[in-house]
Amino acid sequence: MKFNVNTDIALTHLLTRKKQTVIASMGVTVGIGIFIFMISLVVGFNKDSDESIFKSVPHLRIYQEDEICQPLIPKEETSLLPIIINPKISNLSNTLINPDKIISDLKSQKDVVNVTRQISVNIFYNNGKSQINGIASGVDIIEANNMFDIKSTMLAGDIKDLQSNPNGIILGVGIADKLNIRVNDYISIISSIGVGKVLKVVGIFKTSNSSIDDTKSYINLAVAQQLLKQSSSYVTDIYVNITNPDNAPAYSEKFSALTGYKAEDWQSANESTMAKKQTRKVMFGSISFAILLVAAFGIYNIINMTINEKMNDIAILKATGFSGKDVMNIFIKETLIIGITGTIFGLLVATVLIHFLSKVYIGGDVGYFPIDFEKNVYISGAIIGMFITLAAGFIPARNAAKVDPIEIFKR
Amino acid sequence: MNKDKQIILKAENLVKYYYEPVKFQALKSISFKVYEGEFLSVVGKSGCGKTTMMYILSTMDTDYEGELFISGEKVTGKKSDYLADIRNKHIGFVFQFHYLLPEFTCLKNVMIPALKLNKYSYEEVEQRAYEKLELLGIKEQAHKQASKISGGQQQRVAIARALINDPKIIMCDEPTGNLDSKNTNIVIDIFRKLATDYGQTIIAVTHDKDFSDKSTRTMEMKDGEILSHGW
Repeated sequence: MKFNVNTDIALTHLLTRKKQTVIASMGVTVGIGIFIFMISLVVGFNKDSDESIFKSVPHLRIYQEDEICQPLIPKEETSLLPIIINPKISNLSNTLINPDKIISDLKSQKDVVNVTRQISVNIFYNNGKSQINGIASGVDIIEANNMFDIKSTMLAGDIKDLQSNPNGIILGVGIADKLNIRVNDYISIISSIGVGKVLKVVGIFKTSNSSIDDTKSYINLAVAQQLLKQSSSYVTDIYVNITNPDNAPAYSEKFSALTGYKAEDWQSANESTMAKKQTRKVMFGSISFAILLVAAFGIYNIINMTINEKMNDIAILKATGFSGKDVMNIFIKETLIIGITGTIFGLLVATVLIHFLSKVYIGGDVGYFPIDFEKNVYISGAIIGMFITLAAGFIPARNAAKVDPIEIFKR
Repeated sequence: MNKDKQIILKAENLVKYYYEPVKFQALKSISFKVYEGEFLSVVGKSGCGKTTMMYILSTMDTDYEGELFISGEKVTGKKSDYLADIRNKHIGFVFQFHYLLPEFTCLKNVMIPALKLNKYSYEEVEQRAYEKLELLGIKEQAHKQASKISGGQQQRVAIARALINDPKIIMCDEPTGNLDSKNTNIVIDIFRKLATDYGQTIIAVTHDKDFSDKSTRTMEMKDGEILSHGW
């Protein structure tokens, strides 16, 4: 053993008191393990819920916002005669003008992954007497598939059939069940402005989100335009996906300026989901932080106890020429060793816990428990663990540095 | 005697008060000089301020009035880390109650100040530690844990530790308090040899008549004052 003398002393202290060293490290292990596990839970869960959102919601949606007409004469002082006005939505049409230009502009932007146009049509699905209302999305199915991965949700049929069959429709499984319709059957639909059409069912999809499965269908853009009695340039929405969905709010303003229309990011479109996400983060974060804090107190206690028991040793070391810095160094090293071993085992414990939980089957649209190994969580867990251990060891170590050997020798 | 030799340690008007439990003047303006190669024993009744004085001379106690010079350098008012360095390089200690580090082997105990000094390689330090232990006749105990040997042996290990860095001054508080007459004589012989052959200075507080008789000078203290310098 040819360590630096301070390290040597620190190691000897730890090794001659194995039990306490192990207990102190175990405190860190449990703290870090649970911390990483909990945060991974939250991250995994959030990721899963984001993914399910992105199956139907783009990162950014560009559309024309309804405008309320303003009175020509601005309302003045109340003392004047009241002018009765009846404000109405002033948009003549909610189409985006020159969508091709907007799409090519967007596509040339940095960080833009996918751009696709869409027309939403409120329709009724009819089969005999039964009628269900819902929304048909007029899409370019290949582009829409790139964005929402519709293919993975298909129960029957193929998305390509929609492209090859201009009068095809892909139905949500809920609609198909209620209307007792299978692939290759025909379905009659009526739009909100009374245009009717008979379409061939080329596919059925299931997202496990009943509000989507029971209402939504995909049709071709041209069919949607016909249902609304609109020209072939009519487009209501342009969907944009970017590389990192978390940055969507930053692009919202940018794209609004670029296109002249409202670009709504998915976060503001799903405020309640975001609020829940935030709540989960804070909740689990504070629980695991509390656990870490308890572990830190454990370390503080043990280092403090060690130092109290080692007062004599500290006095001797100081008498034989060790400075306050050296003494502090020794005890900081002891905490570091406890912290490092504890953290390493904590990472292992977290890995084992995550591994087991990821094998638990929940069912529904969740499937296996949504938890995953996140590099960032591990790194931040390890850093926080080391930091807390060091902070817990620092205070007693500093006190040890201040020990006056004379006081001890005179006892 | 020894007037032609270098002054290794000089104390000027050392005054020390204790404030607990009541204000009490432990040292009343003590001044003296110690020359290189002296084997000085300090005698006096318990409570006469011997140990208090030793702690000041050792540079560990910095709360005093007056001035202290070691090797011509004024150490009064120096920073504690600097003083620790001086202790490491120039001063060896033997305490009244031996004070070894209990978890370490005797060999390690002897080695630690030298490892701290970091002047020699680990192997050399180990070799030197063996030599010192051999000098004190406890080489066989080298690999035993310090807490598992007898009091007398512990005291000799402590002396070996004090010698490891070849300090200019060796300060002892009752170095032979735990030793039988045979081992006392061994220690006294070693100290004499260190003083005469190697020019090291020994300052020892003692109650042991044999010990003080064999030193080159005996300083007597009473009630915080020097009764006789022993010139």
